[in-house]
Amino acid sequence: MTVVEDTGARSSVTSGRRPSRLFRNPMSKIASIPLIITSVGIFVGCTVWTIVYSFTNSRLLPRLEFVGLAQYERLWSDNRWLTSISNLGKFGVFSMVFTLVIGFFLATLLDRKIRGEDIFRTIILYPFALSFIVTGLVWQWILNPQFGIQHVVRSMGWESFTFDPLNNPQIVLYGLLIAGLWQGTGLIMCIMLAGLRGIDEDIWKAAKVDGIGTVKTYIQIIIPMMRPVFITSLVLIAAGIIKVYDLVVAQTSGGPGLSSQMPAMYVYSYMFGGQNLGQGFAASTMMLLSVAIVLIPWAYLEFGGKKRG
Amino acid sequence: MANPGTLARTDMSGPRGKKPKKAFSASNIFIYGTLLLVSLYYLLPLYVMIVTSLKTMPEIRIGNVFSPPVEITFQPWIQAWSQHCTGLVCNGLSPGFWNSVSILLPSVVLSIAISSVNGYALINWKFRGSEVFFVILMLGAFIPYQIMLYPMVIILREIGLYGSLTGLVLVHSVFGMPILTLLFRNYFASVPEELFKAARVDGAGFWGIYFRIMLPLALPIFVVAIILQVTGIWNDFLFGVVFISKAENYPMTVQLNNIVNSVQGVKEYNVNMAATLLTGLVPLAVYFVSGKLFVRGIAAGAVKG
Repeated sequence: MTVVEDTGARSSVTSGRRPSRLFRNPMSKIASIPLIITSVGIFVGCTVWTIVYSFTNSRLLPRLEFVGLAQYERLWSDNRWLTSISNLGKFGVFSMVFTLVIGFFLATLLDRKIRGEDIFRTIILYPFALSFIVTGLVWQWILNPQFGIQHVVRSMGWESFTFDPLNNPQIVLYGLLIAGLWQGTGLIMCIMLAGLRGIDEDIWKAAKVDGIGTVKTYIQIIIPMMRPVFITSLVLIAAGIIKVYDLVVAQTSGGPGLSSQMPAMYVYSYMFGGQNLGQGFAASTMMLLSVAIVLIPWAYLEFGGKKRG
Repeated sequence: MANPGTLARTDMSGPRGKKPKKAFSASNIFIYGTLLLVSLYYLLPLYVMIVTSLKTMPEIRIGNVFSPPVEITFQPWIQAWSQHCTGLVCNGLSPGFWNSVSILLPSVVLSIAISSVNGYALINWKFRGSEVFFVILMLGAFIPYQIMLYPMVIILREIGLYGSLTGLVLVHSVFGMPILTLLFRNYFASVPEELFKAARVDGAGFWGIYFRIMLPLALPIFVVAIILQVTGIWNDFLFGVVFISKAENYPMTVQLNNIVNSVQGVKEYNVNMAATLLTGLVPLAVYFVSGKLFVRGIAAGAVKG
């Protein structure tokens, strides 16, 4: 170790003065310029810019005339925003619960050392490769009341059957949910399956010796052991839900009425359609806030826990 | 296996554990039954897309979405690709396809080139503050894009790229950076440090080591990164809508949505489904060709959310 220090000292002596820290391995710094611009310039810079301008009364163009919390007060008294939030809440809770339950359930089925695991996994995961636009449009067609599921059930003899989620404000969120689950459960299933594969075989042997049934072993032993996997999945699902946009645009365009509006659509229409920038900035800041509420406890658990362990 | 009954049904036989079980035990029937039903649900939309796109409109009107085509026609495909009208322009989806291709190729190359160098520099050429930049970059993966959209529009307008395909390429490269940098950084962290030190002793510099040692080593990770970027960029809708201002420059997803959800004219469901399927073909092809690598890609890309 001392030798290394010596050579370092000698090289700085020969060059006359200590080389500045700034110019040590210069090529690495030059190569990292895109990284620095992206992280500080764009991610931090643009976020801070939007937050600052959310306190102004910008309309057609961004202007630095501060009006305090006026934009937020307007936002939280706007019926469209309140509906978006409640839609997001309902959609979010349902998709979190169903994605976790279905994802875990399918993963356990695939984990039972079955034949054709690859085929089943390929089938369940392929929707994840498709875009939300494609997903939304296909399900819009399948749920079409004239030709789709409702029509099929009626022509089988059940004349009074009604299932028309995309035109019924009461149940439109379920229509979105069916499509969203089709697209996203495969990913969670894969993550859960990886988690299940990481569990020691001996646990199963021990459970068998103790005479605990398969279902009971999963619920009482495996699920508590997979807590980190569940938390990661939950964070992934939540971060995706807050941003949900394309699916709704393709499947319902936010309708009928306001019944499937989402915060991301509110932001887009005020920023690029309605020319009321201040509202768009305030709404997007609220979106960031909700992500932070999800993310900070998770980061604390994840990284705080690692330090201890 | 001597029992001829089980022999005929080998594809349904039980787990290959130490203790052979009966093929038709209650739990096996439950597992395979459920999986088959679930598979039907997942395959249904693909089936519906295919059959609808091969039917004629009169046939669609008398049938339902699930009925197979009586008379197969490829006319909807031709129409969706090159003849369908949006407004006054009748070029179908093909301009959108070529826009998406010319957005995709430079975006994939640029984002992977930058991110692989980032990952390499972050592991082997740490400098003061490099970790801080990395953490900020990772946080950026979780920030809702909506909050950065407007200032990015201003930046692109200032440098004269707003509305152009080049501008969109830059946007994709920026937003692809967090996950790709993480991917490459984690990979380069697993490369033994002695390899790097030996190359240093031999006098190789930053780029020498990158091109001669790290790049060839990381080829599998490059494939994973390509899969991730191709599907991600092809499926993008939000950036296409926001950063492209002229309709003729729209990527395929945006054009598809405009075609299918346009309120004017008679709805041609067969053309719509052909167009939808056409848009989905590229990521589907990537998915079915890449197989296990795709799973590895999404496991790494899961943080993208």
